[in-house]
Amino acid sequence: MSNEIIASLAKFIAEKILKQPSKVISADEAIISSGLIDSFSLMDLALFVEDTFNVRIEDTELNAETFDNLTQLAALIASRK
Amino acid sequence: MTTLPNLLQRSYQEVPDKTSIILQHAGQPDTSLTYRDLIHGANRFTLTYAREGIKPGEVIILILQHGEDLIYAFWGAILHGAIPSIMPFLTEKLAPEKYRADLTSLISITKPTAIVTYPEFEAEVRSALVEGDSVRHVILTSQIEAKTEPDFNSLQGFNASPKDIAVLQHSSGTTGLQKGVALSHRAVLNQLEAYGKTIRLDPASDIIVSWLPLYHDMGFIACFLLPVLLRIPLVNMSPFDWVRAPYRLMQSVSQYKGTLTWLPNFAYNFCAHKIRERNLEGVNLSSWRAIINCSEPVHVESHDLFFEKFSAYGLAKSALQTCYAMAENVFAVTQSPLDGIPAVDEIDRETFMTQRLATPPIAGQPSMKMTSSGHPLPNTKVRVVDADLNDLPNRSVGEIAMQSDCMLTEYFNRPDATESAIKNLPAQGGVPAAEDGSGSVVKNGWYLTGDYGYIADGELYVSGRKKDLIIVGGKNVYPQDLESLASEVPGVHAGRTVAFGMYDEEEGTEEVVIIAEADSKDPAEQQAIADAIRKHVTKSSAIALRHVKVVDDKWIIKTSSGKTARSANKEKFIRELS
Repeated sequence: MSNEIIASLAKFIAEKILKQPSKVISADEAIISSGLIDSFSLMDLALFVEDTFNVRIEDTELNAETFDNLTQLAALIASRK
Repeated sequence: MTTLPNLLQRSYQEVPDKTSIILQHAGQPDTSLTYRDLIHGANRFTLTYAREGIKPGEVIILILQHGEDLIYAFWGAILHGAIPSIMPFLTEKLAPEKYRADLTSLISITKPTAIVTYPEFEAEVRSALVEGDSVRHVILTSQIEAKTEPDFNSLQGFNASPKDIAVLQHSSGTTGLQKGVALSHRAVLNQLEAYGKTIRLDPASDIIVSWLPLYHDMGFIACFLLPVLLRIPLVNMSPFDWVRAPYRLMQSVSQYKGTLTWLPNFAYNFCAHKIRERNLEGVNLSSWRAIINCSEPVHVESHDLFFEKFSAYGLAKSALQTCYAMAENVFAVTQSPLDGIPAVDEIDRETFMTQRLATPPIAGQPSMKMTSSGHPLPNTKVRVVDADLNDLPNRSVGEIAMQSDCMLTEYFNRPDATESAIKNLPAQGGVPAAEDGSGSVVKNGWYLTGDYGYIADGELYVSGRKKDLIIVGGKNVYPQDLESLASEVPGVHAGRTVAFGMYDEEEGTEEVVIIAEADSKDPAEQQAIADAIRKHVTKSSAIALRHVKVVDDKWIIKTSSGKTARSANKEKFIRELS
């Protein structure tokens, strides 16, 4: 389950946010603190999570302290399902 | 003639209980500051600056985040007669070593006496200091004097003359930080008076709502100096909170019955695309009388998107307005009349591209829509000139030049930059050049804006840029900064990189493209170099790159003098995309 969430998130980030569909994003790679996803795109990620997994991430949680890689984000999603 | 401290003192004496600023932080209750709170807080910093021996006229750099400290440290410097300049705070996106290098470079040109920051950030600031530089004090927010009743007679800011420099404004990046726009008290107050009249400001009914950062001219002047000095209440949220939850802007306008907001073009698209209806329940936007699009090229499609989304919540179409502004004129140069919607000029695309003329559309031929930036402010003159600085007729595209009584005094400690931007133009149509009363070195000179545009029916249409500047989300980015960063990446030919912006309709702003020549012709290696460029440039400039293209030798077009021809390279890139 968690791997499916990670794969789905990685695909979304590569295709829709970075617009580099072939880019591989590994599960434990830093995505916020590294600057890979800029602040303007954090909203897109939150909306995607909400629409895809029916789980809400509050705007005050959109920071590297709450999650900074796909493993952590997937765990957050799983914990709220 | 008054100065900034005089206005603060009057507000303190006449309306001490009036709300000046409502500070918002996500997840916390709002903090309301009256003029009494503002002056008391500022006075603590003034006393601190005096204790540290900082003299009037010396520069104080403020490295603080959205919040009370920043506000008090700023106005405290004004009351002390020192010159404050707000520097962006380090974000997680930017590499600390790059931030440090930019700060060191800023210090070497601006020569501040002091830097104000948080105790947690002291080590970072000190690491940017070098032996023999101008900085004598790093003042920490934990070392500020206690609150006392201000003794206006002893405050040195009251000795300032209207022609003295009041504030310094920098734009972003290595290049921007080296060009501080120095503004006198008189220039600031002349701008506020002229602009206040133009937008019919009313301290009894207007409320400004803003998320704009204070280190940028639109946030700094329109949404900080203007409201505080002219007694318009300001509801101020952090840009970091807004970008994660743009609906907060609408909720704040609704809650406080906000009337005025300034936004860069991308924000219209951002709000229209990313706000969910569930965050707008009960929101009423009917109080919003002007939302002024400024600081990047205006696109009428962005206004349309915004109106479509928010008209159901009471937004009036007439609220969508435009402005053309620059720090060199303190802020606004032109403003659309607020009693209608900005004019849209539909012109023939071909004639515009090939003859640089804005002529009516021809049936069956492609046309383009230009949005008016409105009329010049009552104190500002605008002309459009050719490369030899001769006036052009209406509807001819040329460089926009402007003159006013609120122009910059100079680029601080940069006589070279001042001289190249300010030119004496022949008198215009028998109208004598305005006496420049701002105390500026710019006497009778016209400021060449580096922007292209044309005049039609007395209104200005801004159509492009002569200077190589990319504007991303309202933020000025100098391509040369990005190119030199890309050149630092191993495998890239030094000096063989080019950066430019491309307008993205979906986002409503420019996106950055970087092209770099590499030794390797292997696609996998080129991809690895592209990834490395992306990472390095973003970490060093806090700018996200949309396209990074690594190319073989001799792809990049240079001019005969060996300079990178950015527009020619952009055209080549676009041809190869299609």
